[in-house]
Amino acid sequence: MNIAVLVKQVPNTTEIKVDKETGALIRKGIPTIINPDDLSAVEVALKLKATHGGKVHVFTMGPKSAESMLRELYARGVDDATLLCDKAFAGSDTWSTSLVLSTALKRHRFDLVIAGRQAIDGDTAQVGPQVAEFLGIPHISYVDEIRGVDATHCFLRKKEEKQSMHLKCPFPLLITVLDGIAKPRYMNMTHIFNNASRDVEILDNDALAIEKADLGIKGSPTKVKKTYAKSITKKTTAESLAPEDAAERILAVLREKGGMPDAL
Amino acid sequence: MDHLLNDQHKLVQKTLRDFTANEVKPLAKAIDEGERFPRETVSKMAEMNLFGLPFDTAYGGAGGDTVSYAIAVLELSKACATTGVILSAHVSLCAAPIATWGNDAQKEAYLPGLLSGASLGAFGLTEPNAGTDAGAQKTVATEHDDHFVLNGNKIFITNAGEADLYIISALTNPDARHRGISLFIVEADTPGFSVGKKEMKLGIRGSSTRELILDNVTVPKANLLGKRDKGFAMIMEILSGGRIGIAAQAVGITEGAIEEALRYTSERKQFGKPIISFQNTQFMLAEMETKKEAAKQLLFKAARYKDQGRPYAKEAAMAKLYAGNTTTEVTQQAVQLFGGYGYTREYDVERMMRDAKITEIYEGTNEAQKMVIANMMMKEGAA
Ligand SMILES: Cc1cc2nc3c(=O)[nH]c(=O)nc-3n(C[C@H](O)[C@H](O)[C@H](O)COP(=O)(O)OP(=O)(O)OC[C@H]3O[C@@H](n4cnc5c(N)ncnc54)[C@H](O)[C@@H]3O)c2cc1C
Repeated sequence: MNIAVLVKQVPNTTEIKVDKETGALIRKGIPTIINPDDLSAVEVALKLKATHGGKVHVFTMGPKSAESMLRELYARGVDDATLLCDKAFAGSDTWSTSLVLSTALKRHRFDLVIAGRQAIDGDTAQVGPQVAEFLGIPHISYVDEIRGVDATHCFLRKKEEKQSMHLKCPFPLLITVLDGIAKPRYMNMTHIFNNASRDVEILDNDALAIEKADLGIKGSPTKVKKTYAKSITKKTTAESLAPEDAAERILAVLREKGGMPDAL
Repeated sequence: MDHLLNDQHKLVQKTLRDFTANEVKPLAKAIDEGERFPRETVSKMAEMNLFGLPFDTAYGGAGGDTVSYAIAVLELSKACATTGVILSAHVSLCAAPIATWGNDAQKEAYLPGLLSGASLGAFGLTEPNAGTDAGAQKTVATEHDDHFVLNGNKIFITNAGEADLYIISALTNPDARHRGISLFIVEADTPGFSVGKKEMKLGIRGSSTRELILDNVTVPKANLLGKRDKGFAMIMEILSGGRIGIAAQAVGITEGAIEEALRYTSERKQFGKPIISFQNTQFMLAEMETKKEAAKQLLFKAARYKDQGRPYAKEAAMAKLYAGNTTTEVTQQAVQLFGGYGYTREYDVERMMRDAKITEIYEGTNEAQKMVIANMMMKEGAA
């Protein structure tokens, strides 16, 4: 089984700093990590490879510095890595990003494409499904278990808010996975010394030949009007109460603000 | 220090930091209190191929080097010195001798298991009446047609009872003292081989330290490691390699204690301000950090010398001596900076102070290191 995994390098921070002028994230000086959902996606792929054979190929769109992230994935046992890197890609929204990723994916034949559910710096959860649309293959998002694989189909569990669905889907398909689906492995010493320094394939837009008009800020249909940090206007009051009384108090406040059905 | 590390070393460091934070640190307190060997951690370390780290890929090694091995022991020991020494004893005292002196059949038979971590290794040298004076050992190996029969007692053996494979020193020529010692590869389930008393210790309490009893243990001649009667020189070399591991353990404990002290003194307030704002606290931290860094330089110098194929016995002895002294001193200062809280089991520095002391004792006491260093100086002076 040949598996592609989409990964993204993200800033390691919950405390997001935003450029006041452009509304974009300030990434400079903030240590980066592999997006947690994506690391789980890689783990799922490596596990499938261990039982069913095949290769795992990771793709990322990003700056040259994302190469180090791909090396860390080599150190976990990934077979191939491609970095999609071009000035023209900078500033792309999810639509343009998905176009770039899917164009690169089309150069190969994959049975399964796995993406993380969402990136912690954008939280859109759009790229996976959009890539599937560009590829013209089915997609299932929010997968929290791969129940099995046979020659033609994948058996999955998809998590919804209050229920789970068991699904059967023919290959090729794209899934997005939740980070709880598999605990990512650590880098392996043998891979560090024998795989990690292998070259990463770097493709620019000369290789992908995507219309310039579809790329970057200009090519992106999403226009960010304003990005701002929510300011808290209401004053916080602190009360120390016994658990029972606290519950009563919370209920009363919620009722007062109209956040509770009367039946309760 | 980090500027001397290559990209691969940095990956080892990065992943070991994650591993230590997620898998090792959460257990450190409990295995100390319960004096429990962390078997589950050993399995996880095996999954990462840590037990084969500095060995050639031929028999399943990772293809790393001594520097990366030192990084691994150091990072584990930052949170748990017990976990650090499990790796150090396995790699330096059991797998390395077989990789160095084993013949093809021995390598074939034992290295794949040891390097994958499927089997754990240990080294039995010390005896009740032969510690620093290793040449005074009494365990004998009497020769028969195709085998030797070993009889004797070893004490204080790290990983004993947990290990599957032991390298045991014994006299093949009892009259020749240290010129009559040979090394043997002994499988744990060999009849007549058993583990005795478990030591109750001051520190590294999760590490298994036990007696070995050899009661008519039949070892095939094929398991003689290296040349007969040439064991003493091999032992000296094994211990030199091991000292890099123990120096790494010592530097790791030191770094861990400094991290704790830095955090605590920034948070703890007295006289209306964090205690780190007092100049005495700052000066103590500065000295702790400087000594740690000096110890680290000695450690990585010894490791690099070994990787470059240069003689490194003196460097390894100096690294272990200084790193051991430093960790004993620095962990005590860390407890001092914590005040009464540092003296309680609530805080990690209490355990770190207890763990630190062993690095001045095993794989040669401080005094034994000084003997090695001075001997090398005299030799160098004569040359
Ligand atoms: C937790 C633990 C784990 C161990 N693991 C192992 C292991 O895996 N394998 C193994 O074989 N051994 C192991 N040992 C044994 C350890 O290496 C010895 O304890 C150590 O070498 C010291 O020997 P000794 O205890 O007999 O002390 P002694 O040799 O009796 O020394 C007592 C004191 O006298 C000093 N001294 C001795 N001779 C001289 C001299 N000529 N000049 C100056 N001072 C001297 C020593 O430095 C020391 O201060 C371990 C010990 C411990 C405590």
